[in-house]
Amino acid sequence: MRYLPLSPVDRSAMLGVIGAATIDDLFVDVPEAARRDQPVDLPFHQGELEVERALSAMAGRNRTAGQGPFFCGAGAYRHHVPATVDHIIQRSEFLTSYTPYQPEIAQGTLQYLFEFQTQVAALTGMDVANASMYDGSTATAEAVMMAARVTRRGKAVLSGGLHPHYARTAETLAKVAGVQVQRLDGAIDAEAAVLEAIDDDTACVVVQTPNLFGTVTDVTAIAAAAQAKGALLIVVVTEVVSLGLLKSPGEMGADIVVAEGQSIGNALNFGGPYVGLFAAREKYVRQMPGRLCGETVDADGRRGFVLTLSTREQHIRRDKATSNICTNSGLCALAFTIHMSLLGEVGLRKLAAINHAKARDLRDGLMGVPGVEILTERFFNEIAIRVPTNAAALVETLAGQGILAGVPVSRLSPKGGMDDVLLLCATETTTSSDIAALVAALKGAF
Amino acid sequence: MSMNSVGRPTRPTLVATLPGAIPATLGGGRGLLQDEGLIFEREGWDSSGVDLPEPSQDASDLGDMVRAAPIGLPGLSEPEAMRHYVRLSQKNHAIDLALYPLGSCTMKHNPRLNEKMARLPGFADVHPLQPQSMVQGALELMDQLAHWLMTLTGMSAVAMSPKAGAHGELCGLLAIRAAHEARGDARKRVLVPTSAHGTNPATAAFVGYEVEEIAQTADGRVDIADLAAKLGPDVAAIMVTNPNTCGLFERDVIQIAELVHAAGAYFYCDGANFNAIVGRVRPGDLGVDAMHINLHKTFSTPHGGGGPGSGPVVLSAALAPFAPTPFVVKRGGSYELVEYREGEAAQAFGRLCAFHGQMGMYVRALSYMLSHGADGLKQVAEDAVLNANYIKARLSGVMSAAFEGPCMHEALFDDHWLEGTGITTLDFAKAMIDEGFHPMTMYFPLVVHGAMLIEPTETESKAELDRFCDVLLLLAGAAKAGDVERFKGAPFHAPTRRLDETLAARRPRLRWRPELSTNVAAE
Repeated sequence: MRYLPLSPVDRSAMLGVIGAATIDDLFVDVPEAARRDQPVDLPFHQGELEVERALSAMAGRNRTAGQGPFFCGAGAYRHHVPATVDHIIQRSEFLTSYTPYQPEIAQGTLQYLFEFQTQVAALTGMDVANASMYDGSTATAEAVMMAARVTRRGKAVLSGGLHPHYARTAETLAKVAGVQVQRLDGAIDAEAAVLEAIDDDTACVVVQTPNLFGTVTDVTAIAAAAQAKGALLIVVVTEVVSLGLLKSPGEMGADIVVAEGQSIGNALNFGGPYVGLFAAREKYVRQMPGRLCGETVDADGRRGFVLTLSTREQHIRRDKATSNICTNSGLCALAFTIHMSLLGEVGLRKLAAINHAKARDLRDGLMGVPGVEILTERFFNEIAIRVPTNAAALVETLAGQGILAGVPVSRLSPKGGMDDVLLLCATETTTSSDIAALVAALKGAF
Repeated sequence: MSMNSVGRPTRPTLVATLPGAIPATLGGGRGLLQDEGLIFEREGWDSSGVDLPEPSQDASDLGDMVRAAPIGLPGLSEPEAMRHYVRLSQKNHAIDLALYPLGSCTMKHNPRLNEKMARLPGFADVHPLQPQSMVQGALELMDQLAHWLMTLTGMSAVAMSPKAGAHGELCGLLAIRAAHEARGDARKRVLVPTSAHGTNPATAAFVGYEVEEIAQTADGRVDIADLAAKLGPDVAAIMVTNPNTCGLFERDVIQIAELVHAAGAYFYCDGANFNAIVGRVRPGDLGVDAMHINLHKTFSTPHGGGGPGSGPVVLSAALAPFAPTPFVVKRGGSYELVEYREGEAAQAFGRLCAFHGQMGMYVRALSYMLSHGADGLKQVAEDAVLNANYIKARLSGVMSAAFEGPCMHEALFDDHWLEGTGITTLDFAKAMIDEGFHPMTMYFPLVVHGAMLIEPTETESKAELDRFCDVLLLLAGAAKAGDVERFKGAPFHAPTRRLDETLAARRPRLRWRPELSTNVAAE
């Protein structure tokens, strides 16, 4: 077998050194009833060619985003990633290393994490950021738990514009931790409604901008009002490219910012792996979950980086830790950092401007389709529209014509009463002929 | 042709070569090791490594929402970016470079076929919310991976979406909690052995349970008598790692399961060490109710400097109804995602993340499984155990093994053998760095003094194991001979000397700031 270096001769020589007659002697502690001499009932080994054939066949049964007009967003975004990014993250030294617990031989990982934290803090307009979470949704759930720790209060208010899967993820965790969750009804543009739900026990309000329906909200007033009532404002960003064009959550007064970083550096991957961004005000740093990389010096006085403030973490604090998280999204964070370094401020701003312009082109095109109502007024690269039919059925019909027309709200929120609402996204990958094809197909669809 | 042949062949001249006599370089670089600053310390932030067209429309519709202030993100041209990150990469140890014997972490070879497969556009360029009719191949892959995981573990169901081991623990405990609540039997405590991974008590506390420790016997296993004494009607579950963190199989595991079940509690198994028994032992035959499987350990998806991982959780029939959404079912000839609490998901405890889990890791893991097959996976476990026992046998004469008898996939030593040398486990580990090896896991598990936990994995050749053992024996000899400086000052030959972690924590600098960019050592 190609991944196993030991030969039969090696094995018997090694058993000799150990003083065991057979390999079974090393498994003597396994109860007899549970020992298996024969392999389990699964196929036997195969060569590279055969495995590649089997998996390619499965891959061939999926419609790829690049295969034709494509307008899906709602938490996962198709962007162009420079070839350099994937090359670098496949270098052995990044791909096949572990968590940098031995900093003397992990400065490569630690320095990029420090750069990543700095980039995320700058992008979100916050003081500090951690070294990544699993994804945007789990980062949101962790932010709610953190707000409850900081404020010692027991309730979280989630805006109706928050991605329903994010809300459900946060609810699942909060419920067992004794944090009550109040989730407002889905609404195109009503983030400020969270303020009415704040009471004396409210730890945080969670607001997404741009929200599920693409609406861009200035949360400055929401931040001030929430903080006046002793609650923290958590701002969620699912499309991180938007921060190249829009006022940062930090500027608007957020206490914690969580985001899905997939758009920068990472492929769609059918939903994962992605990279959660987590940033906060400096005063809350000791309540943050996840790994933090910090600057220090070595024995010769030279600058170096280490994982730090680990007394927050499970491997030191066990049941008193701020979170149970251990593994994060290191390599996806590296992809993010490389892509962001290639873009720079100039490139990011331009990329964001292009995304916004493409969405305006899309909106303009859809305005010419009789029966379509544009629901989102102020948007970045996503809009919600009302169609005169069931949106999920419409998406299925158009998929049959080679067009992935977006995400029906009913897919995310089946009982939300928005069966005729469709979410569409345009990015720099969207062409004018994609938009023309969509418009033509919609005109023939109802 | 060759510059070196233009009449000036080099020949070493005799100069002093003692470490102290080597002159420091003048510019900061050291041979192939480049002195590389932060991207924020470069001149000219306005570069960019991407070429983009002009936008077709402006952003006037956004009014005062447009970001006016500078963001603070430097840009690099493509060649500069390539060099920056390649220079950084050369400061990392990696499995592809040498043995990486971190106990409990399973640093095995990562086959590149898996990387190639995960990048097929049919997997990588697919959106999680495309109509299900457009992603049948992706759902089929998830279903097939689920089948392999259930068959290898002998369990009834699997929750695929957890994104790492600790996320899997969360999944398992939430299923257990839901199962108790469904019976109207809310319970309060979770029992965890002292030797457990930190994530076990952290997860239990995170979901609102009180954590109580179970003692360990002198031979490194769960103390059954202590367990029996602590079990009671308010105990929700026990969390046991098997093989355990001492690298030992829990001999009494079936009895443990029986005791736990008799008390109305569930048996959560931390499957971090499943690689020691894959293909040879099915946890389902041991009475396990839930177990996470680290695809990034047993099934070779790369660790990537700390992630991403993937931690699917296999579940017993008793817990299966409470599995979180989403999951894949096969109806007739097609696959379907069950995404909401209805039908077969009516009792689902909730949702763990936005989409369907770590698809990129699923592809890699299945690629690995298909490559090894049922026969190869059994050999994986056997070779992993053989390699660990070989190291244990070769080192035991000089270093002190923590427990008698055969180990599983990792060999545990304590620091008894270093007594009187003035050298600690940490010093010894740092000296290993100078010899070109990554240190073993240190000071874990907590139940062994100065623990050194060595996990070679099955992908090491006998020659590499011998090289490793030879070097460790030489180092051990040096330690016992009083060569203290070699250890106390180590590492000398790594890209960085020993780092001041205390300073980092006392004066946290978690991001670059312009005013702090130079002369850090001055403080």
